Amino acid sequence: MSVYIHSHMDPASDVHDDLKEMLDSNKDSLKLEAMKRIVAMIARGKNASDLFPAVVKNVACKNIEVKKLVYVYLVRYAEEQQDLALLSISTFQRGLKDPNQLIRASALRVLSSIRVTIIVPIMMLAIKEAASDMSPYVRKTAAHAIPKLYSLDPEQKDQLIEVIEKLLADKTTLVAGSVVMAFEEVCPERIDLIHKNYRKLCNLLIDVEEWGQVVIINMLTRYARTQFLNPNINEGGGGEKTFYGSDEEEDEDEEEKEKKPYVMDPDHRLLLRNTKPLLQSRNAAVVMAVAQLYFHLAPKAEVGVIAKALVRLLRSHRFTQFTYLFSHLYVSQGMFEPYLKSFYIRSTDPTQIKVLKLEVLTNLANETNISTILREFQTYIKSMDKDFVAATIQAIGRCATNIGEVRDTCLNGLVQLLSNRDELVVAESVVVIKKLLQMQPEKHSDIIKHMAKLTDNIQVPMARASILWLIGEYCEHVPKIAPDVLRKMAKSFTNEEDIVKLQIINLAAKLYLTNSKQTKLLTQYVLNLAKYDQNYDIRDRARFIRQLIVPTEKSGALSKYAKKLFLALKPAPVLESPFKDRDHFQLGSLSHLLNAKAGGYQELPDWPEAAPDPLRAQRGGEGVCAGTFDLCFPFSSEQSSEEEERKHERKSKPRKSDSESESDEEEESESESSQSESEDSESEAEVKKKKKVMIHRKRNRYRKKPYGAAESKPPSKPVKTESKKEKKEMSLLDLDDCEFFSSLALKNYELLHRITGEGLSVEYCFSRQPFSPDGNMVAVQMQFTNNATSDTKNLHMEDVKLQSGMRVKEFPEIELLPAGETATAVMGIDFCDSTQAANFQLCTHTRKFFVSIQPPVGELMRPVFLTENEFKKEQGQLMGMNEITERLTLDVKCRNEHAIVQRVTTAANLSRVPCGSDKECRFAGKTVTSGSLVLVTVATKEEGAAQLTVNCEKMVIGTMLVKDILLALTQ
Amino acid sequence: MIHSLFLINHTGDIFLEKHWKSVISRSVCDYFFEAKEKAVDPENVPPVLQTPHHYLITIYRGKLFFLSVIQTEVPPLFVIEFLHRVADTFQDYFGECSEVIIKDNVVTVYELLEEMLDNGFPLATESNVLKEMIRPPTILRSVVNTLTGSSNVGDTLPTGQLSNIPWRRAGVKYTNNEAYFDVIEEIDAILDKSGTTVFAEIQGVIEACVRLTGMPDLTLSFMNPRLLDDVSFHPCVRFKRWESERVLSFIPPDGNFTLMTYHVSSQNLVAIPVYVKQNISFFETGNCGRLDITIGPKQTMGKTVEGLMVTVHMPKAVLSTNLTASQGNYTYDLATKVLVWDVGKLNPQKLPNLRGSLSMQAGAPKPEENPSLNIDLKIQQLAISGLKVSRLDMYGEKYKPFKGVKYVTKAGKFQVRT
Repeated sequence: MSVYIHSHMDPASDVHDDLKEMLDSNKDSLKLEAMKRIVAMIARGKNASDLFPAVVKNVACKNIEVKKLVYVYLVRYAEEQQDLALLSISTFQRGLKDPNQLIRASALRVLSSIRVTIIVPIMMLAIKEAASDMSPYVRKTAAHAIPKLYSLDPEQKDQLIEVIEKLLADKTTLVAGSVVMAFEEVCPERIDLIHKNYRKLCNLLIDVEEWGQVVIINMLTRYARTQFLNPNINEGGGGEKTFYGSDEEEDEDEEEKEKKPYVMDPDHRLLLRNTKPLLQSRNAAVVMAVAQLYFHLAPKAEVGVIAKALVRLLRSHRFTQFTYLFSHLYVSQGMFEPYLKSFYIRSTDPTQIKVLKLEVLTNLANETNISTILREFQTYIKSMDKDFVAATIQAIGRCATNIGEVRDTCLNGLVQLLSNRDELVVAESVVVIKKLLQMQPEKHSDIIKHMAKLTDNIQVPMARASILWLIGEYCEHVPKIAPDVLRKMAKSFTNEEDIVKLQIINLAAKLYLTNSKQTKLLTQYVLNLAKYDQNYDIRDRARFIRQLIVPTEKSGALSKYAKKLFLALKPAPVLESPFKDRDHFQLGSLSHLLNAKAGGYQELPDWPEAAPDPLRAQRGGEGVCAGTFDLCFPFSSEQSSEEEERKHERKSKPRKSDSESESDEEEESESESSQSESEDSESEAEVKKKKKVMIHRKRNRYRKKPYGAAESKPPSKPVKTESKKEKKEMSLLDLDDCEFFSSLALKNYELLHRITGEGLSVEYCFSRQPFSPDGNMVAVQMQFTNNATSDTKNLHMEDVKLQSGMRVKEFPEIELLPAGETATAVMGIDFCDSTQAANFQLCTHTRKFFVSIQPPVGELMRPVFLTENEFKKEQGQLMGMNEITERLTLDVKCRNEHAIVQRVTTAANLSRVPCGSDKECRFAGKTVTSGSLVLVTVATKEEGAAQLTVNCEKMVIGTMLVKDILLALTQ
Repeated sequence: MIHSLFLINHTGDIFLEKHWKSVISRSVCDYFFEAKEKAVDPENVPPVLQTPHHYLITIYRGKLFFLSVIQTEVPPLFVIEFLHRVADTFQDYFGECSEVIIKDNVVTVYELLEEMLDNGFPLATESNVLKEMIRPPTILRSVVNTLTGSSNVGDTLPTGQLSNIPWRRAGVKYTNNEAYFDVIEEIDAILDKSGTTVFAEIQGVIEACVRLTGMPDLTLSFMNPRLLDDVSFHPCVRFKRWESERVLSFIPPDGNFTLMTYHVSSQNLVAIPVYVKQNISFFETGNCGRLDITIGPKQTMGKTVEGLMVTVHMPKAVLSTNLTASQGNYTYDLATKVLVWDVGKLNPQKLPNLRGSLSMQAGAPKPEENPSLNIDLKIQQLAISGLKVSRLDMYGEKYKPFKGVKYVTKAGKFQVRT
């Protein structure tokens, strides 16, 4: 047969004859060899279309390897050979019915990839069928096929939306990413389709594959922008814009008192909470997606969490680092400050990266770190990479404009650079100095003088021109030198570059106007030279200026204003980032990077004025948000631990509903039945089953009525007993889920007893979390419980009485604490490393209570990590008076290492230091305010004898700490 | 999403193209060539280019450009990360990712690309799943393949995508069950002239090689997990457990994988294992300079520093060097002006020293800046941050696996300014 075929082929394709022969043979090995060679041709971009008839015959080949390669070929050439391609369709249609799910999937995949309009109806039918296939893999393929069909025939949109709607309801992680992708390509405007699936998507997110996560997160960012209120609404209009405001922080409290407090929609919180773990993803795209989500959606106090993850990206692949740097420039203010040093430049970085890092450093500069940054810049100036040096000088200029305090220092530094041997450096400095001087010329006439001298040496035209302009502009400050410079310039006029010539003319004109006595002749001379210049621009300018400044009979009205024209006060230039003005695009998008709208870019909508409340009811799914908490307080530990637990349950769920999955690795004891389909409201049965969980929920449920109908809690329950029970329950829970009680239980102290507080009881504990608004403060987490029968309003603090030096950051006012409910809030106290109490009044709308918080000495420090050697070194420096040693006998229950560590870290907020010997436990910390090191060593001996050593520069702290630890270890 | 992919070698030849939607002419790459020409150094080519109808996103790996063509909005990092994943997959399959290797295995490469994307959207990127569908070539198999004429395509259909755990295939069997973890830490540091640390931090990674039968569920715990400042995980790690207990709980992928990467922040004091005493000076007259470098141990925790190497990018004016090394060899590349001193093992008793003179181009001005030194080193059996794995537990399977942990410290971007 092959013989016949090649007779009518054109000569160019003769080379393929042997391939055709092989394809026609009945040996699989020959076919395979031929297909491999054909695929290699395609890969190289060679045309293999003439082989189509020979290849398509093999589409039904039994050999799976041949078949695969035939598919590859088909997808590539079907568009060009539509008629012949139709021959293969029946094979795929058969494949769609195959019992093996993988064959069904692959048939659908190839069928939908054949871009032949005539088969649109077949594709539509196939997609519809596959969308209800029992295999999630086939359903995933169906989701992938949707955008393919849509691009082939947009008319099918309505039918495809139906399929998308169906697949969106799918509960498997495998499908979620793909269908959202289809949604984004086909009908991104149909945001209403998401309502029902919103909570499910949030909850599945962590288990979806990485690429799907990115797509879902981006889509949910847009969704949230249309459905929730701006969380920063109380911070003075416009979310992101105020995010940059640096002194906003202080006014926050006052403002909150004035305005109605913002309560975050629980669904909004759900999204933020469920995406947060993904900041730990290995995939840079996922991290970026979460970062932009937080950037666009989170309350500004929480946006900071993304900084660490973004800085991690900076350290990964080089290209990643590059693009990402671009996009995060606008997030950079403030948040990245702790990571300043990660942006330090190495001499081996490529120039592009150097410049970008420089940009970040410049953006991060503020009053506190500017000296460090300038010192760093100083090393850069010596670099061999001259482009980079130039960029550095510009950066210095920008720092100087932004931060008034260092302007003089910068200026002096730049002036020193004027004596640099490299001309480029000098030139760049001149240009920057010129801009800086324009801000306060009167103070710097000596610098202008210095620069005037430079005209003898500097050859770079731009720099010469800048100097001349400067002298001309401020000739009144240097009345003696200016004419002399003009004299010199007049001499060399003919040899100068054009821009320099223009500035010489300018200088001459300005001098003529201010000091015509000395310079009249010179000016005439210069203008005459210019008159015959080769450049018509210069000739023009000369003529124009002559008319303007030299009074003649004919001169018009303008010459009266010559002085005003030339010596008008010019506004100082604004030195700004070249990367400005792109924050209207969604962070991390292609459009954001290019600063131009890319095709298919979905605008990020503005926050709605009012929440579209009715829609929320539709947000069904996994019955997530039944528990509503006070979401203003991110530190509320119960709330999160409870949520974690629920999430954990839910996590297992989609997998179980997947009929095909048998191996399930979840080791939870939770019974599956509790996760029945009717979850929009929590069923009564479920409530019973999860009684222990419910206890938490009830405690936290205030301010809003839950969605579920399950609870109507009697308001006055003896809360004291409940909270005790609660504590016990906590320990029964799987420890996994108690996020904030991770390593040790925090001790609760009573601030206000419910009897003295007339129903209001307040407990507090030292959460040992860093207090984000102020690093020198100790975070105190307070828990308010209203045991009274009436609501408590306007819970806030007043009249703070402190020892000198101490400071307090008040907790935000709690507008309403309904009867029987609990709220938590966090405040910060700077104790100045003393155990002096902080006294204040706790006010409600009716009463005031005097309360005080006195910290145990162990809470006045925070852990630091030292290596064994560092510990020894530091210890060596804290001997003598700073060392306190006590012998003790360990409590019987406390004779193993674990118990000792446990007790010491409970007594004081210290971290363990690795130690070679098992006879010793070492701990290290720093006092919160002054940062003095606190080193603790517990050396154990036979029969429970031990020796406790505390080294601390602050002897009072040391003595008190010894007592406390002694107590902890002996009882 | 991703429309087409072109692989381009160092000299600018397109040697492979793959299209996931309609074919795009390779002339689109001309915009890229233009940019490449302008950038001079391949590292400096802008990763995202805009052309009238398309966007080009490029990565540069192993002297190859992976150029993808995009038509609509997509997060650039998504594409870049994916392209890196493609390169990683090639590396994983063929041992290296080079033009020769890709050309030799063009069919496998093509099949991989076909599986990895569907309609431009990532489909299967997990190496375990891919390996089930397309077997990686081995010497033995390629011999067998030439004899029998079969190829690398798996003849049984994969199951991986259908399990809950996309990163692990079902039915794994080994006679020797073993799990090895390598804790590798790199010190990134900048030291200034006087030897004080300007900036130092530790990047750590835990590479795992797990060959265990069945579906083992592993828990890896550390002695001092609070040391870790920032972590990122393989998707197999249960984040909840880490949050609450600071242990790594996971069902491992089969074979080699990166379990986690971590960072020990610069806020903590980072131990710097070596100190460098250097004196590089150029004279105003005589067109010469002097160089004197001595390296000694600083905070090595009692371990030996090995593989010590110093790289110096000399100023352009340095013509040749006349140095003597008390230990190891040095080379000076005249074309790139790079001085490499391969020291080897650091002997605390007899500190290695390199000294001598540098001769400069006549008439060239004295260089402004002294070149900085890049240090490379390795310390076995030590994680410089002090991180220690305390135990590895296995649940879900009955056998006793063989377990091992290895620690290595290396210098990352370790630079001494002079």
